[in-house]
Amino acid sequence: MSKRKSKLGASDNIWGYLFITPQIVGLLAFTLFPVATSVYLCFLQWDFTSQAEFVGLENFNTIFQEELFTKSIVNTFLIVLGVVPLTVLVSLALALLTTGKMRGLAVYKSALFLPMVTSSAAVILVWYWIYAPEIGLLNYFLEQLGIGGPQWLTETFWARAAIVLMLTWQGMGYYYIIFLAGLKGIPHDYYEAANIDGASAFQKFFKITLPLLSPTTFFIVVTMLISGFNAFQEPFILTKGGPNFSTYNIVMYVYDLAFRYFRMGEAAVVSVVMVLIIGIVTYIQFRFSKRWVTYLD
Amino acid sequence: MTRSLASRTVSHAAIILFCVIAVFPFYWMLTTAMKPREDIFLFPPLLFPQHFDFGSFPLVFELMPMAKAYWNSVQVAVLTTVGTVFTSALAAYAFAKIPFKGSGFVFGAFLSTLMIPFTIIMIPLYLVFSKMHWIDTLNPLIVPTVLINAYGVFLLKQFMMGVPSAYVESAKIDGAHHFSIFWRIMMPLCKPALITLGLFTFIGKWNEFVGPLIFLNSEDHFTIPLIIASFQGVYTIEWGLLMSAATVAVIPIMVLYLLTQKYYIEGITLSGVKG
Repeated sequence: MSKRKSKLGASDNIWGYLFITPQIVGLLAFTLFPVATSVYLCFLQWDFTSQAEFVGLENFNTIFQEELFTKSIVNTFLIVLGVVPLTVLVSLALALLTTGKMRGLAVYKSALFLPMVTSSAAVILVWYWIYAPEIGLLNYFLEQLGIGGPQWLTETFWARAAIVLMLTWQGMGYYYIIFLAGLKGIPHDYYEAANIDGASAFQKFFKITLPLLSPTTFFIVVTMLISGFNAFQEPFILTKGGPNFSTYNIVMYVYDLAFRYFRMGEAAVVSVVMVLIIGIVTYIQFRFSKRWVTYLD
Repeated sequence: MTRSLASRTVSHAAIILFCVIAVFPFYWMLTTAMKPREDIFLFPPLLFPQHFDFGSFPLVFELMPMAKAYWNSVQVAVLTTVGTVFTSALAAYAFAKIPFKGSGFVFGAFLSTLMIPFTIIMIPLYLVFSKMHWIDTLNPLIVPTVLINAYGVFLLKQFMMGVPSAYVESAKIDGAHHFSIFWRIMMPLCKPALITLGLFTFIGKWNEFVGPLIFLNSEDHFTIPLIIASFQGVYTIEWGLLMSAATVAVIPIMVLYLLTQKYYIEGITLSGVKG
């Protein structure tokens, strides 16, 4: 019996490795090897054409002193700190309003999710026009409401706001659907028990819904932060990083250093710093999550 | 839960407002593309077109190699989708149903790469592909995604775990080997998940921007998003033209999405909440 089992085990091992081979090749060649190379590039001075030169920590010194380095990190954080709360607010509010049985929900879902599916350069062009100062639609609508619209895209604060609004528009449907699924997962008995105890809607929301939804909220915040850090085409097409580099983020900085100025070493340093920041922020969230995330089991 | 009429009305009103916000840019894009030039620059803007002029659509194809870009995008999206669904399903089957040594550790390694952003790998990839003379070809957009898709492996593994192992075990007792079990039993059972992953990949590839921006140089090799971006550079305020170009770029994805949205929304729920 044991002999037979070990033979079966051996064939399982062979089949297992065979099945994962293509993906393992990809994992090594197109993820792990490039990451290791990027770390190595941090210590080289190289313009892509001439001989690379080992320079130790010099790239770190140069880049940390560049104004754009700090600026791009601050901008990234500012935009992420705008997008995350706004998107959570909108998508959670919509999910709470539409939880349970509701007519037309399927249609609402697909309409809200449309921006995510078509998040391409083409749609950013449409936004470019919506934000246009004189003939833009947004300012026209604001004017109808009696509000004088700002100079979107050309004033520091409003350019960032424009990116935040567009990213929120893009993501709200996706996170709405996830929130809706999370709400569905909360067992009904909790509300029934609360009803018997005569709890108010307010109490039910803060004592049952919010705590039991916290794993979903946590997942959403973590995902959204990571995707916010990676935003590239939105600022690249909408504002080109301007005005005065106010929407210039870390990814744009890496792209420019590497593919416009051919400062490969410094570009690698910034990309490594970016990954470290994402890692640290995610780690802090996991540590901090124990205080506010409630798991049912 | 029973709701009062008032609360239902508020709910509907709120969500309809946001649906309008979600859909409006598309409406604006489509209607602008169909307006005659003199109506486009009217202020206050014409929310409902009064005259129709489809002349800018053929112009888009004349002024830019749009047809070529279409073909490039179709190639990239189709080849990548077919390839990555197959390799991801293979690996997912191994992780879900074959008890091989080190399976947990390797799967953990896959999961941990989900957090690695493209930014840190793009420079080395560029170096490797330029050594291979792949720059300005479609290969760098296709091959890496076919061979590594941690998200796809994860999504399909989640789904396959839900398929009872008894199917696999009984086929094994009948003498079937793993590949035939995978191909004849698992793949048909996983159709919804495979379609979901296929759609995610197809649409993701169709919209991909950074990769093409880095790896492609000549207009003849551009994919649709790149053509659109270069269009913007040349015809800065030719809104009619730009909106026609945007429409041409977005329409296939919108149609595909409207036909298959069920899989999409189920897929998000599957990967999102369990994640």
